[in-house]
Amino acid sequence: MPPTSDAARHAFRPMRTHQKALVLAAVAALLASLWVALPAALVPRIDVPVAASVGGPFELVDQNGRAVTDRDFRGRPMLVYFGYTYCPDICPTTLQVLSEALAEAGASADDVAFLFVSVDPERDTPERLREYVTLFDPPPLALTGSPEDVAAAARAYRVYYRQHREPGQDDYTVDHSAYAYLMDGDGRLVRSFRHGVEPAEVAAAVREQLPGPSS
Amino acid sequence: MRTLLTAIALAAALAAPAAAHEAKVGELTIGHPWSRPVKAANGAAYMSISNAGSEPDRLIAASTDVAERTELHTHLIDADGVARMRPVQAVDVPANGEVMLQPGGLHVMLIGLREQLQPDSEFPLTLTFERAGTVTVEVAVEMKPSHDGMDGEHASH
Repeated sequence: MPPTSDAARHAFRPMRTHQKALVLAAVAALLASLWVALPAALVPRIDVPVAASVGGPFELVDQNGRAVTDRDFRGRPMLVYFGYTYCPDICPTTLQVLSEALAEAGASADDVAFLFVSVDPERDTPERLREYVTLFDPPPLALTGSPEDVAAAARAYRVYYRQHREPGQDDYTVDHSAYAYLMDGDGRLVRSFRHGVEPAEVAAAVREQLPGPSS
Repeated sequence: MRTLLTAIALAAALAAPAAAHEAKVGELTIGHPWSRPVKAANGAAYMSISNAGSEPDRLIAASTDVAERTELHTHLIDADGVARMRPVQAVDVPANGEVMLQPGGLHVMLIGLREQLQPDSEFPLTLTFERAGTVTVEVAVEMKPSHDGMDGEHASH
């Protein structure tokens, strides 16, 4: 700050005191606004507004009917996506990208837990999920549960979802957050991916979470 | 004789996928209609629609026997990353232009599939355009690499 105010004083030397004060006030205001604006501009873009608090405990059931909690995956990175099987477009598109990324990273299920959490527990039974995941290679572990347990998992991941009915229709779609989350072995968010991300970008991020080659 | 049989077989092999990948109606060309394999209740069909004419057209309806209901849909993804799938009344096909139905955007939604969509199979889909009229295309069911889905390139099966 001092160099700037020195320069300002030098430049405006001929001015009278109250003018000088005004200019200095203006410069100070400008600097103050930069002080506020600059750090925000310097922070790398974060895809999720509350990145630090994404993730947390969940208690769900997998496609084979087994009880599953977040603690089962400690020590392994997790790639987590929330969606539903009645979703014909966005969900299979993203799940395909994620499985291609895992294949590209050479990550097996022992290396990375690939989780698909249903936001449609009313319709997505374990049986339905078991059938659904066979489309993907590698397939995700598909999780569902009671509406309350699914809501708790979604809350932990800051995932929004809501049933949407068109007027006059019996069935519904589910509006939902379309991010995928890469979590580290301690269950903390590494980063999130928007819909439309390339498999290579996800694969690179996954590789960074895997133990490196012994060199 | 053997040469002739080989030639016939080769011609058939070349002709079959070509027929599945393009259809014309009036000034419109429907390019490579495809769908992912589906083991779920709903599916989506994608394609390119190009218009060589000087008048715009609109896709106003689609129907197929493989699903109980067929609707034209798009996806809206807001600034918070929330995806909302919504029906659209029609898909505009600009004059001397092209519209893409592709993953994450406009698609023909197949609601209540009567059968699973098996890889490397095909199913007929009838499209109705406001000006050009009606055409039935064969939708190729295939697991395309994800980066292929966006550019409308033909994938080999």
